[in-house]
Amino acid sequence: MSALPQSVQTGQGRIDIEHAHIRLGLGAQAFEAVHDVSIGIGPGEFVCVLGPSGCGKSTLLGALAGHLHASHGSIQIDGQPVEGPHPDRGLVFQHHTLFPWKRVVDNVAFGLKMKGMPKAERRARARELLQLVGLGNFEQHYPSQLSGGMQQRIEIARVLINHPRVMLMDEPFGALDAQTRLMMQQLLLDVWTRIKTTIVFVTHDIDEALFLADRILVMSPRPGRIIEEITLDFPRPRDAGLVTSSRFMQLKRHCMALLHSEKNASPLPRLSPLGPPGAIRMQLAI
Amino acid sequence: MSAIAPPIVAVSSRRPLRRFDIRRVLLRVASLAACVLAWYWASKTHLDLGIVTFDNVPSPLDVLQAAWALLHSPLLFKNLATSLMRVLSGFLVAAAVGVVLGIVIGRARIAEDLLLPPLEVLRPIPAVAWIPLAILMFPSSELSMVFITFTGALFPILLNTVHSVEAVDARLIASARSLGGGRLAVLMEVILPAAAPGIFTGLAIGMGTAWFCLVTAEMISGQFGIGYYTWMSYTIQNYADIVVGMLLIGVLGMGSSALIRQAGKLLMPWYAMERKKS
Repeated sequence: MSALPQSVQTGQGRIDIEHAHIRLGLGAQAFEAVHDVSIGIGPGEFVCVLGPSGCGKSTLLGALAGHLHASHGSIQIDGQPVEGPHPDRGLVFQHHTLFPWKRVVDNVAFGLKMKGMPKAERRARARELLQLVGLGNFEQHYPSQLSGGMQQRIEIARVLINHPRVMLMDEPFGALDAQTRLMMQQLLLDVWTRIKTTIVFVTHDIDEALFLADRILVMSPRPGRIIEEITLDFPRPRDAGLVTSSRFMQLKRHCMALLHSEKNASPLPRLSPLGPPGAIRMQLAI
Repeated sequence: MSAIAPPIVAVSSRRPLRRFDIRRVLLRVASLAACVLAWYWASKTHLDLGIVTFDNVPSPLDVLQAAWALLHSPLLFKNLATSLMRVLSGFLVAAAVGVVLGIVIGRARIAEDLLLPPLEVLRPIPAVAWIPLAILMFPSSELSMVFITFTGALFPILLNTVHSVEAVDARLIASARSLGGGRLAVLMEVILPAAAPGIFTGLAIGMGTAWFCLVTAEMISGQFGIGYYTWMSYTIQNYADIVVGMLLIGVLGMGSSALIRQAGKLLMPWYAMERKKS
């Protein structure tokens, strides 16, 4: 499979965040969504950012993607400061953002079209990636004809076709039913072992974070900051049996305690990687 | 989000008429027939309700005769062709101006602030009120007539375009940029197709309003055209011909709007699928 991003050279995809502060909103509504966060993530590492709704984890992801900007501090990928969106940093949202007017194969090929690759060639590559996520037979469908899990798989394939150094995932399986979610987690791990890109995966699901990650960063809200870092040494490949192991349960209890002790009286509204709703239009205006 | 009045959006929440739903088709035919019958009865009995009288209204049979006569007249084709040219020219210019302005206004706040206030003032002005100015502004009466149909078609197209461009999901734009799309690519690959269903609704409504303004436009002068024919029939008191002209405009307006909707369906197969699902 030549489309597999072997060109993601080992050693690429290092993330360095130093003392990053991110402010959202304008005027009186402005608040600091991310407060003095410093993270180093190695190339090919799978990191989950775990925290309750509204804690700023999606905001941090949006800044990594280049849709939001840090007011202080620096965010760098392989030593290059993040200045805007770039195909090197693929972003996957909770609800798919496939283009409804494009067939599945052309959705996946979109990134290559942006690079000016001829149609036949980019479609051939897109087909290979569709095989990788197990949807080779659906290339002629429109996104609305597929289930939520299939749509997310296509979304992942569409990001992977650009050979990103970093894949940024914002609760990508949060809207799926439990069964599909488990299947998708397994699929993501399979894909990741083959293409070894760096993954930053935002979730509020403790099981999900423990099952997937090399390392978990636990965040707490208002101001959003990292309160603990947990390195997981569960062997890979991991399977569903892992979640019943005693070490897993022990870590799960620990995470629950962390999230509960930080729980505020009222739940916060969910933030998006694109900032507060009102600001989106201005930031994206062309 | 903006100071624009909500555009007219022709969306039916009911299930579409299926091909084999014979009962619903019959109901619709029966409804039309009932209207014609009521008209026939009112005109035959010279119905007088005090505030409205059918005393001088031609009966459906008179109208049918007049229509038959027009059908065999060499004038029909000339009238149709002339009107069609005027409506199409006005509509095409309105489509180009409306869609381009609508995209600019929908995407750039500065354009919204600069362009929308004068357009909002012009919008409520009816076509009739434009007649004197149109005569003064355009050297040829043909152009002034096209201008009147243009004013009719412009605003539905413009406002529907603005609204649907503003409603494009910001996440789709963000995704396109993350996948390497530049400004032009975002416009052509995301904003235009995402706004296309709304734009087509505007075009279909605009086509209807262009026909709507035809009589007004052809009041200006002209020798041919269905609007002219209708207006002239009134001045020479040929009442049956008035109704023939009215119905002709109605049918042509409905038909051309339907053509645009059909074109939209062909161009946007994905849209029908999405609506069927939701």
